[in-house]
Amino acid sequence: MTGITGYRRPYFRTQPPYLHPDYQSTVKRSPTRPLVLLPHSLTEVTGPVFGYEDVKPTDGDLTRQHAGEPIGERIIVSGRLLDENSRPVVHALIELWQANAAGRYRHEVDDHNAPLDPNFSGAGRVLTDAEGRYRFVTVKPGAYPWRNHYNAWRPAHLHLSIFGIGLAQRIVTQMYFPGDPLIPYDPMFSSIPDEKARERLVSSFDWETTRPDQALGFRFDIVLRGRDATPTESTRS
Amino acid sequence: MSLLTTASQTVGPYVGIGFAALCVEELAPEGVSGERITLTGRVTDGDGKPVNDAAVEIWQANAAGKYAHPEDAQDKAVEARFRGYGRSLTRADGGFRFATIKPGCVPAPGGGLQAPHIAVTVFMRGLLRHLATRVYFPGDPANAEDPVLRLVPEERRATLIARPAGGKGAFEWNIRLQGTDETVFFDL
Repeated sequence: MTGITGYRRPYFRTQPPYLHPDYQSTVKRSPTRPLVLLPHSLTEVTGPVFGYEDVKPTDGDLTRQHAGEPIGERIIVSGRLLDENSRPVVHALIELWQANAAGRYRHEVDDHNAPLDPNFSGAGRVLTDAEGRYRFVTVKPGAYPWRNHYNAWRPAHLHLSIFGIGLAQRIVTQMYFPGDPLIPYDPMFSSIPDEKARERLVSSFDWETTRPDQALGFRFDIVLRGRDATPTESTRS
Repeated sequence: MSLLTTASQTVGPYVGIGFAALCVEELAPEGVSGERITLTGRVTDGDGKPVNDAAVEIWQANAAGKYAHPEDAQDKAVEARFRGYGRSLTRADGGFRFATIKPGCVPAPGGGLQAPHIAVTVFMRGLLRHLATRVYFPGDPANAEDPVLRLVPEERRATLIARPAGGKGAFEWNIRLQGTDETVFFDL
């Protein structure tokens, strides 16, 4: 069989550490032993393949999952899924979940005293198209308090889970909104050492995708790890 | 000039909302070939407390050692009803569960074979990046030659090998985030 071309390792300081005491939950949940470096094999360059049996065309519109429309500012979140080599990652699965416009999740653990919205579940999923593009319609989530430290509030954010081509590209991230005054106080955002990598998690307002009389557009491109230039070792079965 | 990779962020405590729709605990419907197994375990934190808000994902080859993926160029058949993907959300006791088939051996880089294994990805509140590990099968003669197990210090290898749980094809394998028997996690 042909050689295995692995994925590049992330650049120094562009990913958060496991232990980040400012975010208290990391203290008892981060590994204490060094990770074992794993050269990529067929297991890591392959990964689950999803298709339209998993994702209905309507799953990308979170404002149309109930009889009525959710309360809140309607937004369109779109962008491209690329790898580090600027190649589009096509037909890939992106899952989204979020709080409602009042900052409350439809989840039994969320006891924030903000209202639930009967017309908003807060979850959706899409597949990227043949150019790696994706698009969600939803409402802008509210900020909400959490118990990490005194008077702690999470900035408004969307959770995005992405399956690339291979297991080594799997990532879950959060998208933030431009100009949110809570961002500099957020220990999750601040956990990323490199400033450019941090700022990349903030979406930008996008006039092009804003729809008149309907919804503001926000653009968020997602970049997955790219392939090494050349296969390093051949693999034979 | 290469683009900057998007940074990871935690799934947070409400991951269930986003992950529920594509949870798959039964990977192998009737007709899929291979030895039927169940893989159950618990996720525990540095205090030994159950982690009840984790998501555990698995990825594996079929019984012939073939991945259902276009980059697996081996001359072996994929099975239409076996994708090899699973996802389980942990319960109040930190427990997760999969019912699947034992995978076959897959090629190793540089020649040779890897022992039967399942790749595991773990997400939870408190993990700013997910964790990657693997589970192997007890008593499998291929374990001794597995190139990944050999990368792991001998005294820690046992954390990657499931235990017979009683009952045919039943295996138990726990994920310990910290402590003396901390699970081996990989830089993947």
